[in-house]
Amino acid sequence: MSEDFVRRMPQGSFSLQRKAAMGAKFHLDIPLMLLLLLICSYGLVVLYSAVGHETAPVISQLIKFGVATVVMILMAQISPVFYLRLAPFLFLLGLILLVLVIFFGYEVNGSARWLRIGGVFTFQPSEIMKLVIPMTLAWYFHERHLPPRAKHLFWAAVIIGIPVVLIGIQPDLGTALLIGASGLLVILLAGISWRWIFGAIGLGLMSAPALWYVMRDYQRQRVLTLLDPESDPLGAGWNIIQSKTAIGSGGLFGKGLGQGTQSHLDFLPESQTDFIIAVLAEELGLVGVMVLLTLYVLLMGRGVLMAVQAQDTFGRLLAGSITFTFFVYVFVNIGMVSGILPVVGVPLPLVSFGGTSILTLFAGFGILMSIHTHRRITL
Amino acid sequence: MAEPNALKDHSGESQIFLDRAVIGFVLLLMLTLLLVARMFYLQILQHDLFTTLSDRNRIQVKSVPPIRGLIFDRHGALIADNIPSYSLTITKERVVDLEQTIVDVSEIVEVSADEIESFRRRLARRRRPLESVPILFRLTPAEIARISVNSFGLPGVEVEARLVRHYPLGALMAHAVGSVRRINEDDARRIDAVAYSGTNHIGKIGVERFYEPGLLGKVGYQRVETDARGRVMKVLDATPPVPGGNLVLHVDSGLQQAASDALGDRRGTVVAIDPSSGGILALVSKPSYDPNLFVAGIDYDTYSALRDSVDVPLFNRAIQGQYEPGSTLKPFIGLTGLATNTVTPEFTLMNDPGYYQLPGNSRLYRDWNWTKTGLGGHGDVNLQKAIYRSCNVYFYDLAVKLGIDRIHDNLALFGFGINTAIDLPEARSGLLPSRAWKQGARGESWYPGDTVNIGIGQGDILVTPLQLATAVAVIANRGKMVTPRMLKTGGAASLMPASRSTQLADIDHISDAYWDLMTESMGMVVHRGNKGFGENGTAWAYIGRDVPYRMAGKSGTAQVVGIAQGELYEEDELDERQRKHAWFVAFAPIEKPTIAIAVLVENGGGGSKYGAPVARKVLDYYLRDYQPPVTESVAASTGAPQP
Repeated sequence: MSEDFVRRMPQGSFSLQRKAAMGAKFHLDIPLMLLLLLICSYGLVVLYSAVGHETAPVISQLIKFGVATVVMILMAQISPVFYLRLAPFLFLLGLILLVLVIFFGYEVNGSARWLRIGGVFTFQPSEIMKLVIPMTLAWYFHERHLPPRAKHLFWAAVIIGIPVVLIGIQPDLGTALLIGASGLLVILLAGISWRWIFGAIGLGLMSAPALWYVMRDYQRQRVLTLLDPESDPLGAGWNIIQSKTAIGSGGLFGKGLGQGTQSHLDFLPESQTDFIIAVLAEELGLVGVMVLLTLYVLLMGRGVLMAVQAQDTFGRLLAGSITFTFFVYVFVNIGMVSGILPVVGVPLPLVSFGGTSILTLFAGFGILMSIHTHRRITL
Repeated sequence: MAEPNALKDHSGESQIFLDRAVIGFVLLLMLTLLLVARMFYLQILQHDLFTTLSDRNRIQVKSVPPIRGLIFDRHGALIADNIPSYSLTITKERVVDLEQTIVDVSEIVEVSADEIESFRRRLARRRRPLESVPILFRLTPAEIARISVNSFGLPGVEVEARLVRHYPLGALMAHAVGSVRRINEDDARRIDAVAYSGTNHIGKIGVERFYEPGLLGKVGYQRVETDARGRVMKVLDATPPVPGGNLVLHVDSGLQQAASDALGDRRGTVVAIDPSSGGILALVSKPSYDPNLFVAGIDYDTYSALRDSVDVPLFNRAIQGQYEPGSTLKPFIGLTGLATNTVTPEFTLMNDPGYYQLPGNSRLYRDWNWTKTGLGGHGDVNLQKAIYRSCNVYFYDLAVKLGIDRIHDNLALFGFGINTAIDLPEARSGLLPSRAWKQGARGESWYPGDTVNIGIGQGDILVTPLQLATAVAVIANRGKMVTPRMLKTGGAASLMPASRSTQLADIDHISDAYWDLMTESMGMVVHRGNKGFGENGTAWAYIGRDVPYRMAGKSGTAQVVGIAQGELYEEDELDERQRKHAWFVAFAPIEKPTIAIAVLVENGGGGSKYGAPVARKVLDYYLRDYQPPVTESVAASTGAPQP
């Protein structure tokens, strides 16, 4: 792989070499970590503005980054072989937790997604599944011939389908779709034939009307709102009108950090969480958005590179799925906030305020580093 | 475990993955470009549109109500003030669920079903977007505290402070200055919504109504930045409101109080005019009401009690009440007789029998003396005696000699049948009957008998107390016309409304000798005494002793129910409300009159006995008891005193 310049540059500077060496020694990937550091710092600046120049949420977020970094480093120390062996058990555990959510779920806003442990600590089993599903599928395909046959695809569909349905009935449509996507990405990367892909797309388009009948009222409303936000400017359309207004009024260079009127005067909903990209777009303009997108692309480029360099099917599929799923988050979030996708609750990765999503993402990157740094054959 | 199948094609699988990863990354880049394109579209191509939307979001134009002009009496005493009042308002656009909000609000403070009903009506009216609509008025400090504590979860619910009209003298001035009331639906259709965007009130009655344009002031604006809940974050720029002009009225609140006290609990009215300016010094109508009740929105029970009261407290007797003038008309008939040379001062009706008969008609027109005492007539009666003894027969005779046409035309010169009040929009014109009027109104021709009654102020003729006071002031002025007015100084000339009243010319065809004669005769009504019952002035026994000034007066008694021909009645036996109204008109001092007055005591009985003492008290206050305050000249000369 000629792109892997760090490893292929014996004539490179001493410091570069040392860095690479140090990274490899601790099972870390320095470029990935640098990119994460840049994105997270950039995100903290935006968050600081979005919360109205209060330090408490920023520190809280910083602590989450710190904890998540520790988790990431720990995850990187574990050999991919261990993940491979653990995958089916993690999958079963995840399913059990999801079933428990159905019966003992802790309800917020009419949707039971959380489990309480010891009465205090709450967490979302669906969040774990974001990593477990691709891991399980990677494990499944690792032991099969690629490209997968119809029989394998059927079982893969079962592995994806059960948790997606369990999460979908919480109801948490957004997470269900994202988990489904992370699973589908494994299948796509596993080399499923294009006939299947286009066939599935065709089938999906044909079943869209049927989907309409399955959807709940608020879900239909979101789709309708996407098509015509002005139909309900004070209700469902409010969020999307306000976020588009925030983005559009930002212009090329933005209104300046802390100067966004849409966010600071509370016109923009969820400005610290799902809609934080609108704050960025309003205050730092198109330039600010481009900077973030560039960092994202570099991060995912690095991820794809690491996936391609992985030494077995499990590593490749898992690393690839983690990387492309990251992009799905980015795309769905920004697409939703800018009004080209329906509103689903997806945070902007590494920038939105919130603990669970950060932890999951960093854990994913930890696995990515583990795959990349635990090599049986050194290049 | 890692290699379960020895035939697994590792390099092949690696190649498949590489292909897919490359395709995936290209797709990723394309989708990222799609996002960039979307952002470019929103941020560059649609930038102007969204900037406008963003500004429209945050920038609101709020109207700033001007301070309504204050109203002072002639000595600078405050009649109409503005005080802060707190009301609870709801802004529909900011409320998530209006019905739920109303329920929530009524859990915090007590809101009656009536108030909710009125709120809905106000809500249904035309208003600007984001305009708050009041649901509760005059919040108590305790209510304000409860709302502040609990309103956190109630977006769109706010306590608003506004300056509202306050009448410190309450009921005393209600009929003199009128009042503002809440803008109702009819008003809302009529008025300029922009000019009234800062206020909920409009001058509805009296001076407040007439001088509304000047009192209102000019609404100001603030461009403010608000957050999504409508809370003002900062003021971007402002056009300050222009306060309404202050008014100084001719009214003397001390005299007004004296007149009100003099009437006591009786239903009735006192109007006092300064003959030299036409300024109304006092305008009392009793019973009255507290105008402050109407400012904040009166509740239905209180309002219907006022409206349906048999005493009609909302009715301004001084300018809307139309009564028979009775004998108070005699001086004007007398002057008409002199002016038209129908009688001379020397003409004497010999041996008055106490009744009058038209030729060829058996009906007897009685004198009050005859019906009351059975004494018969007044003996030999000239004009002077006809006035101070209030001889009916003399005026029956004179009226018939004059004929209705000359009576009508000459009484009209004094303002009878005409509304001449400049700034009292509710003032009525009374009724001065004529042949044409009777033909039009009744379809009948004029009969000589009608003329006989007009001679003593009875029959179809009706006057308002203000008209009578004005006409008496014209006598005091010796023909120089008096135009009644409330406003002394103040009010911008450009905002001075056009009056719908008629302005009359001075009466200059009556000689000074005749004015002197009439003034002297009216003076005798009060001052001629100690000459025996048949020779004393009719009012002397009641008010004529110890008057420290010389006054001219005339009593009158207006019938309420027709007394059948030849029927005697005992006053005490009549229902109180069917008794006659007692009139007394006067001006003083005779030498240089400074005040003219008309008093009406409803169902009071005889004018001299019941009306005259009221007039005497009012005049005593004005000419004897009143000490002008030291500050008087300040308020009067600056024209627009500051509070």
